[in-house]
Amino acid sequence: MLTTDTRQVEQWRELTSAVAGADAVERDALLTDRAKATRREIIKMIDKAGQGHIGGDLSVTDILTVLYNAVLRIDPATPDLEGRDRFILSKGHCAAALYVTLASAGYFPASALSTFMDADSALNGHPNRNKVPGVETNTGPLGHGLPVAVGQALAAKLAGNGARVFAVMGDGEMQEGSNWEALMTAAHYGLDNLTAIVDRNRLQQGARTEDTSSLDPLDEKLLAFGFELRSVDGHDYDQLLGAFAPSSTGKPVAVIANTIKGKGVSFIEDRVEWHHKVPSAEQVALAMEELA
Amino acid sequence: MSREVASSTTVAEYDNRTAFAEELVELARTDERIVAVCNDSVGSSNLGAFKSEFPDRLINVGIAEQNMVGVGAGLASAGYIPFVCAAGPFLTGRALEQVKADVAYSQHNVILCGMSPGMAYGELGPTHHSVEDLSWLRALPGLDIVVPADRHQTRLAVRQAVENPRPTYIRVGRFKVPDVSSDSSGLERGTFQTVRDGSDVTLIGTGTTVSRALEAADALAESGLSVRVLNAAYLAPLDIDAITAAAGQTRAIVTAEEANVAGGLGAAVASVVSQLPAGSRPPVRILGLSEFAPTGNTAWLLDHFGLTAAHIRDAAEDALSDG
Ligand SMILES: Cc1ncc(C[n+]2csc(CCOP(=O)(O)OP(=O)(O)O)c2C)c(N)n1
Repeated sequence: MLTTDTRQVEQWRELTSAVAGADAVERDALLTDRAKATRREIIKMIDKAGQGHIGGDLSVTDILTVLYNAVLRIDPATPDLEGRDRFILSKGHCAAALYVTLASAGYFPASALSTFMDADSALNGHPNRNKVPGVETNTGPLGHGLPVAVGQALAAKLAGNGARVFAVMGDGEMQEGSNWEALMTAAHYGLDNLTAIVDRNRLQQGARTEDTSSLDPLDEKLLAFGFELRSVDGHDYDQLLGAFAPSSTGKPVAVIANTIKGKGVSFIEDRVEWHHKVPSAEQVALAMEELA
Repeated sequence: MSREVASSTTVAEYDNRTAFAEELVELARTDERIVAVCNDSVGSSNLGAFKSEFPDRLINVGIAEQNMVGVGAGLASAGYIPFVCAAGPFLTGRALEQVKADVAYSQHNVILCGMSPGMAYGELGPTHHSVEDLSWLRALPGLDIVVPADRHQTRLAVRQAVENPRPTYIRVGRFKVPDVSSDSSGLERGTFQTVRDGSDVTLIGTGTTVSRALEAADALAESGLSVRVLNAAYLAPLDIDAITAAAGQTRAIVTAEEANVAGGLGAAVASVVSQLPAGSRPPVRILGLSEFAPTGNTAWLLDHFGLTAAHIRDAAEDALSDG
């Protein structure tokens, strides 16, 4: 098990309080910086490991950046703090983006990031809660995160501790039936402390999502399943912050975060072949320039 | 990729998915009953060529494995021969009840193709390792389980599944392995192949461990032992005769599998041996996994879990000293 990096936790505290106190322009600048640094680190990790789900990592980065620096009530120095908000990355193949986000909050030393997928590393290709503080449940097989998040939201209701629960699913992942079972349970129990986020980048492993097994009209489906719906640009911090505000209807919240797979790197953006692909040395350099 | 063997020569190794995909396309040209069903895994199941040649006969249900197996059962019930392809853990684990109720119990002739099984997805971790598939599926009556050890056997497994369709699981390896058979040496339903005959000790491998057992046999032969090597190409129906013969004719048995030992090849062999009369129950050593894997690549994990030729040799020597 990795352990807290207290100096990094201090820096994260400074950042989150600066974000909280800033006006919209300053806040955007702070979050943009953070997200760019995260994207650069993701590319480095995938380059070194020789594998990784680069497209989905870059797609979900802004969502993670907003949640971990402006929304979640957590204390990285006390990962198992009672009554904390919970986050589950259901699309667990995007572990790299989560690892960088957790390290920058101080859950563990950033030096561990370079061991991504090495023999005996804690940083497996999919998040493991037994090895990595801040990971709330093991994911990897798609369609597991939301049911666990529903259980955590129920637990928060039972305990009456006011904790909120957030889960991010891929849009391809929404093809798994387990998600729709979980949506029904969440609505049935009126889990207004639950936010189900769909990273709607419109690509999955082999093709565009709408060409594989179409999801649209996703908004109408989520509404029909009893959710309060928020459809936003998943790279716009202002819109994401609005989307992550507490429920105003007493219903669970569904966020359709319209994103671009590979966001931030021109030659990766919206290209299906970059679901799982490693950039060449020249491409790494180019990506670093674009993310500078 | 090639692996150093004891003699420090290198041997060619192959990804069985290539043989699988080529054979499937070849057969589909003359047999219109053949369809492929997958879960967003056209690339990882090597179905790209099948898709371009037979776009209508490739059914991609998206990331929905339970649905995928049910759809396969429906197609089979209407006379098609569906090859239902997905990464092993999601096909067998995620859809286990569909495999039980819709395929094995209903006797719908679905060919379940568990791609990249064992620890082929090394660094992606235990969620992506298909090491429980053999134990899970062995519990289902009426389901054949084929574990081809090389590219020739993979082709034969596909052909036999078409010639005589029945509910079948084929474990289609991604980790590159050397040939252990020749094109003509065959694959017979319900039999372990004798890869090498011997009278002191029997080594039984399945899939990726067969070539390792052969290497171990070479090492043991150097110390003057006569070694029998069996390839457990079929785990169901189980070759009780081959196990009984090995128990009667050799002094120890070692099994090795890229799978969990609870309910897999070793457990199958041990349960047959345990029922033999006293005097023909030699010691059995079972090599495999019994815990979730740490992070690491496939080759490293196979070493980590004691599945190298050296481990198999040591287990044989240990069992012989016990017998
Ligand atoms: C149950 C299951 N089936 C298949 C896979 C293999 N797989 C990994 S990622 C992926 C595509 C995911 O697409 P999406 O959810 O849209 O994620 P994103 O595009 O954001 O990366 C697939 C099919 C898996 N991890 N789990």
